[in-house]
Amino acid sequence: MSYLDEIPITPIADKPSTANRTGTWRTFRPIIEYEKCTRCMICWKFCPDVAITLENGGEYEATNDKIKQMVDKAPVIDYVHCKGCGICANECPVNAIQMVKEG
Amino acid sequence: MVKKVITGNGASANGARLAKPKVIAAYPITPQTSIIEKLALMVSNGELDAKFIKVESEHSAMAACIAAQNTGVRTYTASSSHGLALMHELLMWASGARLPIVMTDVNRAMGPPWSIWADQQDTIAQRDTGWIQFYVASNQEALDTIILAYKVAETVNLPAMSIEDAFILSHTMESVDIPEQETVDSFLPPYEPKFRLKVGEPMGFGSLVMPEGYMEFRYKISEAMDEARNVIRTVGKEFGETFGRKYGLVEEYKTDDAEVVLVIAGSVASTAMEVVDMMRDEGKKAGVLRIRSFRPFPYEEIRKVAKQAGLIGVFDRSYTGGFGGAIGTEVKGALYNSDASLPVKNYIAGLGGRDITPKVLRKIFEDMFESLNGGVKKEVEWVGLRDGSGRW
Repeated sequence: MSYLDEIPITPIADKPSTANRTGTWRTFRPIIEYEKCTRCMICWKFCPDVAITLENGGEYEATNDKIKQMVDKAPVIDYVHCKGCGICANECPVNAIQMVKEG
Repeated sequence: MVKKVITGNGASANGARLAKPKVIAAYPITPQTSIIEKLALMVSNGELDAKFIKVESEHSAMAACIAAQNTGVRTYTASSSHGLALMHELLMWASGARLPIVMTDVNRAMGPPWSIWADQQDTIAQRDTGWIQFYVASNQEALDTIILAYKVAETVNLPAMSIEDAFILSHTMESVDIPEQETVDSFLPPYEPKFRLKVGEPMGFGSLVMPEGYMEFRYKISEAMDEARNVIRTVGKEFGETFGRKYGLVEEYKTDDAEVVLVIAGSVASTAMEVVDMMRDEGKKAGVLRIRSFRPFPYEEIRKVAKQAGLIGVFDRSYTGGFGGAIGTEVKGALYNSDASLPVKNYIAGLGGRDITPKVLRKIFEDMFESLNGGVKKEVEWVGLRDGSGRW
């Protein structure tokens, strides 16, 4: 069968765009300093690629008791999809995200 | 069947209602507004089971139709002139996404100079968007064409536009047969999409395709448009069997023995047919070929008429700066590699709603006879131009 016969009438992808590993496009890697992070979630709201997820406890647990009482979730960068645009670092009100050049 | 005296916009709204779209997304613009006003009322009083989405622009109206149609439902919208121009990007998307959306455009001139009156510039400018284009000549046809257009569009998976003249049809009342819902349902079964987005099954539509893979998708659109040519003939015949009104790609009027034939689209064709009768009473063999489907272009019908005619005149209610009118150039294009060898003259008239009276059309026919005998002196001529020459 030729390519013409094989293709549908319009391009339809059976996988969502999360299947694309866009993290390889990154030049600068955002790194969250969890000691500074107040868990305000502004970075999570602003991320244009939904590449920041919210995780519970463990290594992301807040060191500050006041924050710990208010919220138990922390923002975590999904490096498989983060393109390194730096919007999160720009928006962070306490400068808890540093952009570090990929090695 | 109920006969009612209604406007062209009333006819279009009823055509849309009978086709049972599940989503209508539209933005008002003169002279189209009364179509969607009527549909909004039908939705609000429960006469039509559809979601009416009020949007902030025509661009959004088509975007909403595209998204809704991708979930597997029938959609409808309507626009005019600058509204249609604003839709342009999404018109391209609808055909590329192969969604059989149906819309009505009420033909209105483009500004500036600002104008709300009839000419075909708005839809002619959308010629290359991959939409099927039907130009209607009566209010009855406006209603019928929407029902017919859904069937054609859903068969070939291309969007289709029913086009009616501003005010001459849109706001003028005529007697219209409004078919019963059961009859329409028997002709137009519920929409069965070839693909659709389902909740819980993520899919991507309109994905990026690399240069090695792009052309074949466009070729498929071209194939579908060619297929539409035959589908329109078949569905038009079937429509005639169901409703008693048959439609084709064109309407021929006394072309069999005509020495001169005027090719024309829109409601002005009916005036031209009256003038043909007047000319025939005087022994002058004139005929009219009304273009109903401009996309796909009815080149076979035009070649057939050209075989026996002596001269073809093409009436364009729009122009393409630098080379006459679009229908004029396409008629010439259709004839070039055919057996026919006859002169073609292009008339540009009626822009911005300028009245095209029987007197004006008579002068065009007389000029066609003069050109038949004495040769075409001017290939493209603007009719009724107030240039002080007194020619028209």
